[in-house]
Amino acid sequence: MWSGRPGPTLPRPTTSRPPLTRPPLPLRVGRPVALLAIAAALALPGCAPETSRGWECLAPANPGGGWDRTCRSVGRVLEDLGLSPGTVRTTNLPGAGGGVAMARAVTRRAQDPSLLVAASSGTTLRLAQRQYGRLDTDDVRWIGAVGAEYGILAVSRDAPWPDLSALMREWAADPGSIVASGGSAVAGQDHMKLLLLARAAGMDPLQIRYVPFEGGGEAMTALLGGFVQVFSGEASEVEGQVEAGNLRILAVLAPERIAGDLAGVPTAREMGFDVEWVTWRGFFVPAAVPDSVGDRWVAVLDSLGRSEAWAQERVRNGMRPFLRTGEEFEAFVAAQVDDFRAMSRSLGLLPPEGG
Amino acid sequence: MPEALQLLGGGFAVALQPLNLALVLVGAVVGTSVGMLPGIGPINAIALLLPLAFAVDLPPESMLILMAGIYYGSQYGNSISTILLNVPGTASAVVTAIDGHALTRAGRAGPALAMSAVASFVGGTLSIFGLVLLAPVLSAWALRFGPAEYVALMVFAFVALSSLAGRSIPKALAATGFGLLLASVGLDPQSAVPRFAFGQLELLDGIDFLVATLGLFAVSEVLTLAEESPVGQSAAAAWGRARLTAAELTESGWTMVRSSVLGFAVGVLPGAGGTVASFLAYSTEQRISDDQGTFGSGDLRGVAAPEAANNAAANGAMIPLLTLGVPGSGTTAVLLGALLALNVTPGPLLIEQRPELFWGLAASMYIGNVALLVLNLPLVGLFVRVLALPRWILVPGVAALSYTSVYAVTNSGFDLVILTVLGVVGWAMRKGGFPLAPVILALVLGPLLERNLRRSLALSGGDWGVLASSPIAVGLWVAAAAALALPPLAARLRRSVAPRAGSGPPSP
Repeated sequence: MWSGRPGPTLPRPTTSRPPLTRPPLPLRVGRPVALLAIAAALALPGCAPETSRGWECLAPANPGGGWDRTCRSVGRVLEDLGLSPGTVRTTNLPGAGGGVAMARAVTRRAQDPSLLVAASSGTTLRLAQRQYGRLDTDDVRWIGAVGAEYGILAVSRDAPWPDLSALMREWAADPGSIVASGGSAVAGQDHMKLLLLARAAGMDPLQIRYVPFEGGGEAMTALLGGFVQVFSGEASEVEGQVEAGNLRILAVLAPERIAGDLAGVPTAREMGFDVEWVTWRGFFVPAAVPDSVGDRWVAVLDSLGRSEAWAQERVRNGMRPFLRTGEEFEAFVAAQVDDFRAMSRSLGLLPPEGG
Repeated sequence: MPEALQLLGGGFAVALQPLNLALVLVGAVVGTSVGMLPGIGPINAIALLLPLAFAVDLPPESMLILMAGIYYGSQYGNSISTILLNVPGTASAVVTAIDGHALTRAGRAGPALAMSAVASFVGGTLSIFGLVLLAPVLSAWALRFGPAEYVALMVFAFVALSSLAGRSIPKALAATGFGLLLASVGLDPQSAVPRFAFGQLELLDGIDFLVATLGLFAVSEVLTLAEESPVGQSAAAAWGRARLTAAELTESGWTMVRSSVLGFAVGVLPGAGGTVASFLAYSTEQRISDDQGTFGSGDLRGVAAPEAANNAAANGAMIPLLTLGVPGSGTTAVLLGALLALNVTPGPLLIEQRPELFWGLAASMYIGNVALLVLNLPLVGLFVRVLALPRWILVPGVAALSYTSVYAVTNSGFDLVILTVLGVVGWAMRKGGFPLAPVILALVLGPLLERNLRRSLALSGGDWGVLASSPIAVGLWVAAAAALALPPLAARLRRSVAPRAGSGPPSP
């Protein structure tokens, strides 16, 4: 029996020692007691008071998701570059599609100068659609985005459409004949991509048949199994299947072609559909921290974003270059939320009244 | 398959290197100790140790090998707290708790723990063979499972719930209804509209099954113990031998084999997972082999079935991960993240392009399995001594463990309130003779059924015929109907056959 090291969900100092170097507990203590002590020792760090010195990255979802990966990869590079005081721990606080974590940053942790919260275009979309209750854009301070993915549309290898134009032509002619899958709920990111494309193709967006799945993987499986004809998602989700020749990407929803193995895939804009979908990944911090702290976060993310170490880590996480920090990022987020709100309204996903 | 065997041999050569062997052992030990904490299952254990492994810069194979060890270890650790303390940390352990804890109360905790280790080993071993030999074939089978097939599978699972009914069918139905009610709290899975959230952000994600499980089982257990026990008495007077007899092993032999096959087949389906697997295995075994009606009141086969199925399902879940790049469970989602961080893209080409990785993983999973058996069988005698603790230590200990676990995983004070409320509800249900397991299973199965039903209808444009439009779906409907109709028939048959001894099916 080793006493293990870190507590649950709080990967604490990863510094050097693997768990096996811990001396076993003294055996003089009754063994059952020792067992419970081990259990307690393992459990306690989990509820460590939130006063510890190091920086903490709050991932608004469970381990394994995009937000969790944002926290862990950025935290690792910050530590490697010596930009952070020691290790950056990742805490998972799932709930309400990120709403619980945001609420935490606005209430209990509002003054915390060591707290960073992972965010993405999913956060701004939900804010725009008022899915976080009363929380709004300026309840937190937006620090920066350090990478992005672009939306894609994929079909199976033997689908009859050679390109996006052909697909959209047939779709517009008979909207009921094609069903699309995606990893987000109705009105979520994957659905929005399709709604925007439909609108750009002159269709009534609400005629699109969209079936939501639990995450991009399941949605892609439905395409592979032939249950749907179109998949809306992100490039990294289909990479392996595209390489194997089972799926084809019809278009990327990026401002220009993506370098690398997707360079041969045209953008939607090239095909005549003015649609872009940037799934950026970045951070906000509590709004009530002093300006000096906010500026420090901006500077830190800025140096991270420009570093070679991050460039490597970013590629490893399937992200494209996308660096926006400080005021530029705040303006970007504000514009995006306005934009999403207007879109959601015009698509009938939000009631039309103002505010 | 000489080529596959050769490659597997290569895999073993990788996995048996001293460093990798040490890692798998460390992983199994750490996993077991972490897994004993309810709720800190494989997902968190792996997420926790990943940065550590990155920090020491292990090669990809070694990293996967370490994770395989943790994976197995934490699953077994979870069974320990389930069987001894009735504190199941995952939904699939809820099934183990039924007979496992009944055995503990009957003073046979030792055999129960040993059976759990052996059954996990058998399930793991058989399913690794399945993984090695059938991975490409099975990924095709997973693809043919569309929403309509999942609906039929879930209905089948709901029918199987009747085997957990205990003495009173109406009470079991009430418990199932309560579970479904809990399951409907939160965002509507399709349109993201809040249901029964009462404006609380914390309720938007619904009731976490960990909170429900610990509340209904652990907290209510604490309340019951606190109520009935005189101070100073220990939790169980006896725990039996820490070994299994040959008779016990042979009796459970076929149970383990059948459950492994079933668990593996269900585990291959992304999203269905260990809960459905262990639960279907339990109810199937009860129907097939429970001729004395001992399931539910402390039958070793009731421990063997879910434990074998759960482990087999865990390995089955590797197939969609490795061949489709689709994580079939929370743990495989974490594994996927790790693979991507290692520059490995899971997908149909993985086995071809990175054979050393695939076969190394298969071999290390096997070694993890062996390591667990070798480590834990001798330790059973140690683990059961937890029961020797006087209640004045054990009762607050279990309570503290439950509350810290929930807080550690969800970081939410609100969940502690729900935990308490559900604890009181669970205590009241025990008093009223309502079974608790159906609540958790309905909580897990309900959303799966709802989502897939709505998906099927969205795909078909509202035509209910889609639900029985494929051979797989029809087969599952027939199985569900049979599960509903056969037990009464079999019982009648058995009564009429009983006088003539020795004509039953071979029960080794």
